Amino acid sequence: MPLQSLDIKRRSATTTESTQARTPIEVAKLIDVSTCIGCKACQVACSEWNELREEVGENIGVYDNPTDLSAQAWTVMRFSEVETAGKLEWLIRKDGCMHCADPGCLKSCPSPGAIIQYKNGIVDFNEEFCIGCGYCVTGCPFNIPRISKEDGKAYKCSLCSDRVAVGQEPACVKTCPTGAISFGSKEDMTELAARRVEDLKSRGYENAGLYDPAGVGGTHVMYVLHHADKPELYSGLRKDPSISPMVSLWKGVTKPLATLAMASVVLGSLFHYVTKGPNEVSRKVEEEIEKEDAQ
Amino acid sequence: MIRDPKDLKRYTASERANHWVVGMSFILLALSGLSFFHPAFFPLNQLFGGPVWARILHPYVGVLMAVSFLIIFLRFFKLNVMTKRDIDWLKRAHEMVNGNDHNMPEQGKYNGGQKALFWALGICMFLMTVSGILIWRAYFHFDITAVRLGVLVHAAVASVMIGMITVHVYAAIWVKGTIRAMWYGTVTRAWAKQHHRGWYRQVTGK
Ligand code: HEM
Ligand code: SF4
Repeated sequence: MPLQSLDIKRRSATTTESTQARTPIEVAKLIDVSTCIGCKACQVACSEWNELREEVGENIGVYDNPTDLSAQAWTVMRFSEVETAGKLEWLIRKDGCMHCADPGCLKSCPSPGAIIQYKNGIVDFNEEFCIGCGYCVTGCPFNIPRISKEDGKAYKCSLCSDRVAVGQEPACVKTCPTGAISFGSKEDMTELAARRVEDLKSRGYENAGLYDPAGVGGTHVMYVLHHADKPELYSGLRKDPSISPMVSLWKGVTKPLATLAMASVVLGSLFHYVTKGPNEVSRKVEEEIEKEDAQ
Repeated sequence: MIRDPKDLKRYTASERANHWVVGMSFILLALSGLSFFHPAFFPLNQLFGGPVWARILHPYVGVLMAVSFLIIFLRFFKLNVMTKRDIDWLKRAHEMVNGNDHNMPEQGKYNGGQKALFWALGICMFLMTVSGILIWRAYFHFDITAVRLGVLVHAAVASVMIGMITVHVYAAIWVKGTIRAMWYGTVTRAWAKQHHRGWYRQVTGK
């Protein structure tokens, strides 16, 4: 949803500059996985604030419910039981859009303005302009956007851009009972994370660290992980994610170059015609046939 | 319509109709596809009733083209087998493009250039159909790596194909007396003698 009070840094499928005059601060949401208890209050707050109601599903034997993101579930808790150093750990990760600084979804989108990145870092889908091609799904390195079966449009977490625009924190942050989710400037959140990491290290989690992957330019949703060296433990969180090289090739300079090549074939043909002249049947062959007919 | 009873029959009515279905669907596909290809072409979607309609319709037109191309392919592939004289023709093609076709080797129903295009289009159509299905999200859910490869191949091959079809259409405009083969199904004897002498001799017995 585009918001007048938030400046737009980049829009999808747009080759000219977006609004650049004002410079608001970059925001970030910090999810401290080590203090999350998996209560799903954030999931509920998200569906309340955004008026989303995922269908009631089935219990599949673990706590995951809903089992995946959808147009009606923009954030889900993913539970994994892992054994590290002979000890069972229950790792719970709140999954959802990472609000990449270099968003693969926006890069892939063919519809002008259907995906926008605000100057504060939030990546938002403007469903009104969404054409339903699913290119954002193809481009996203985190497998986040979902196409709605009802209307064929793509949906994902908006980082509550509507709340942030009026100076409030996202609904999930407001609700979290343990304070595992914080929201503020990216600078403050990085500092807060550093303090948390230090604390975790002092408690024996020597590989604790901040997840703010540089491969996508950093993210505006960051995690504090007790095992930052092995993010895959947290239900397959990608280590060193980046936009797939196939997507970069598809959406890079190749397109303007291909356009130029196609245009030169058309122009080349036209100028061939006017420089060489049309290829008519020669007078000689015509006369031969005329002679035949006269016989 | 019969224009001159002595004209030579090149295509039956059903072959012509088949070719037009392929041609028209190709143009619709190129215009709607380009609208997703680069923002410069985005306004083309207005021809299809807006961007959402362009996105919905494009793959169905693709299926129509794939099926009708397959039929045309099966009808003509035997006539397009490359021979030694086609290779000789291709080696001299630059002379003809330069405006002098006096030294061109004698050609059958199709010349080396037409045959080369025929096979290249066959490969391209196959790649477009497979990659198009990989990225058709309304019905299919393939593995993300396959989809990424699909979208890359689809866009790349589309550019190559649009270039080839431009050359194909231009050749028909450049060589006077050719386009009528797609209207009447016939060409003049002079046209055949000039451009496809082997075929001319075969059908006239001269
Ligand atoms: C043969 C069957 C074909 C199928 C099933 C197919 C399917 C698709 C699909 C599903 C898309 C994504 C947009 C959408 O959902 O509508 C697409 C995009 C596209 N198609 Fe096709 N298509 C076919 C043939 C063609 C042909 C013959 C051309 C070209 C001349 C073409 C040119 C394009 C282009 C340029 C794009 C945009 C690619 C991009 O965004 O980079 N398609 N096609
Ligand atoms: S996580 Fe995916 S959907 Fe979210 S901003 Fe990054 S690329 Fe876009």
